[in-house]
Amino acid sequence: MSTETAVKATKYWQGISQALVEEMERDERVVLVGEDVGRAGGPYGLTRGLQDRFGDTRVRDTPISEAVLMGLGVGGGAVGLRPIVEVMFFDFAMLMMDQIVNQAAKYRYFTAGHALPLTIRAMCGAGGHNGAQHSQNIEAWFCAVPGLKVVMPSNARDAKGLLKSAVRDDDPVLVIETLGLLRDKFDVPQVDDLLIPIGVADVRRAGDDVTVVATGRMVDRAVAAAETLAEEGISVEVIDPRTIAPLDTDTILGSVARTGRLVVAQEALAPCSVGSEICALAVEQCFAELKAAPVRVTPPFVNVPTPLPLVEARVPQADTIADAVRAQF
Amino acid sequence: MTLSDSDSPGARPDGAPSALSRYRAMQLCRRFEETVHERFHSDEGVPGPLHLAIGQEAVAVGACHDLRPTDVITSTHRGHHHCLAKGARPDRMMAELLGRRTGYSHGRGGSMHVAIPEIGLLGTNGIVGGGIPIATGAAYGLQVQERDDVVICFFGEGASAEGVFHEALNLAALWKLPIVFLCENNQYVELAAQDLHVAGEIWKRGAGYDVPGVHVDGNDIDAVTAAVDAAVARARAGEGPTLIEALTFRWFGHYAGDKAAFRTDEEVETGRAGDPVARARQALDPAEVAAADAAVEAEIAAALEFALASPISGADVLYLDHQATA
Repeated sequence: MSTETAVKATKYWQGISQALVEEMERDERVVLVGEDVGRAGGPYGLTRGLQDRFGDTRVRDTPISEAVLMGLGVGGGAVGLRPIVEVMFFDFAMLMMDQIVNQAAKYRYFTAGHALPLTIRAMCGAGGHNGAQHSQNIEAWFCAVPGLKVVMPSNARDAKGLLKSAVRDDDPVLVIETLGLLRDKFDVPQVDDLLIPIGVADVRRAGDDVTVVATGRMVDRAVAAAETLAEEGISVEVIDPRTIAPLDTDTILGSVARTGRLVVAQEALAPCSVGSEICALAVEQCFAELKAAPVRVTPPFVNVPTPLPLVEARVPQADTIADAVRAQF
Repeated sequence: MTLSDSDSPGARPDGAPSALSRYRAMQLCRRFEETVHERFHSDEGVPGPLHLAIGQEAVAVGACHDLRPTDVITSTHRGHHHCLAKGARPDRMMAELLGRRTGYSHGRGGSMHVAIPEIGLLGTNGIVGGGIPIATGAAYGLQVQERDDVVICFFGEGASAEGVFHEALNLAALWKLPIVFLCENNQYVELAAQDLHVAGEIWKRGAGYDVPGVHVDGNDIDAVTAAVDAAVARARAGEGPTLIEALTFRWFGHYAGDKAAFRTDEEVETGRAGDPVARARQALDPAEVAAADAAVEAEIAAALEFALASPISGADVLYLDHQATA
């Protein structure tokens, strides 16, 4: 009998969709609210069929009222639901900031320990030709808020398993999905209940010479860069944090201490970013082991354009990451 | 009734005829705030801002007195009365405001961050209008669970200028949510009169969303009770939201210590003449009033004693309850 788990090629969006179905099936307290999540099935179709299956109370189309939409999650979570709030484009979270930061994140603190099982789903990144107000990576803003957990799946397996874990978590969890990965296929283990733990990084490729920490769309590009560099005799360890708040510092800094070199790759802009935080932690805690200055690989500090060729010209590619690694030596 | 030795999260004055019971609850709100106000100006002070609702007791008590523990409210930055009327213990409230370890948030939240979900209090709030989306969400949660509980969303006339007020009215009307939007119009918005803040009359805004709009004398406990009872009954019956504007008067400045230079002494004198506690008292038997007052004094004294006997919150409380511990 084989001990290997069967895998199935699954698109990123299908992983999300499967997680939603499974969690709503499992627990009737789970509800999904958002603009066009029900009748329309979501702007990318990934909630299609959910309303027929679970009813129009549990899968509820909201007016375009982002602040109150997030309030549905906060208030609903406070009275016994386990709400999933769909932000749609991450940029729209800017219209929900009070409810996320001032209210949801502080609920346990103010109530001296009461749970707020709220899951927030948002789609980030310059994956389409959606322009500068539908493409941003503002994940670091939320990582600086006590009381919030933030996860960022880079593949279909994690999109599914992290979302399921988020729904079962008793604190607000922001799940940042990556638009540019929606239609990409990944191997997903075929198990009954695929849960990826929050707070645990994934070492995507083991290596000895350089640590590359990559998030979202940059993870597979970092792996591709590592394969190229292996042929040049450079052994790269690629780590996908998966959870960016709280960071799995044991895994990340343990690797940096061992390799002595750190490259961080992300779709977010460099200033005050998750990459900046990881570099700062490495300098603070691994200074003696560092053989080169940690470096961030990010898009240039400009807005996201609309035409696709310009979008891609702006985002780091595998070659960009490989060049940054070579410069460590 | 002594509270400090009780483990129950909330306590309310039961066993009295409702008019007397409401009066007693109003007097408790009044005396609670007068007591913390005195502490604010004492040498030890109160370790945080204090927004007093003295003069507005009839709104909180009229709205909350008849609610069930499973009904839900959201409050405001001026929320002590709402908390007490919904069943918060005066002793733990006092401890919270005085920064004591026995307070509802370990004494680190203070006046604007009192939240007691077990009695249906989803928080006072430091953000004007911040409770409105939460109240709407709670009403949605009750609806999903097919409970016949209701939500009362307290907000001031200042919050009626926030976008969330309009978002919430629209959504609550669309979904027929079991919620009462209760605007406590105390005639002043932060450091100004309403001419800087409010266009038209707030209760009339309900019409634009097909939500019944009601205006009521907020200093008349019976009038507030009747208006809220009707709105609550409508909400429990699944007929949707109601918007109530209760006109009352803020006796003090925006915050304790504010000299309220934005208004005249005459204005204050006229406003205070509408004292809702005094009005309620007039309708009752003086002997019963005296007994109720004595009971309130004892309760407030016990609450203050409890708070002052509790340890001042130390740095250890900083780290508690940010996230679930695994």
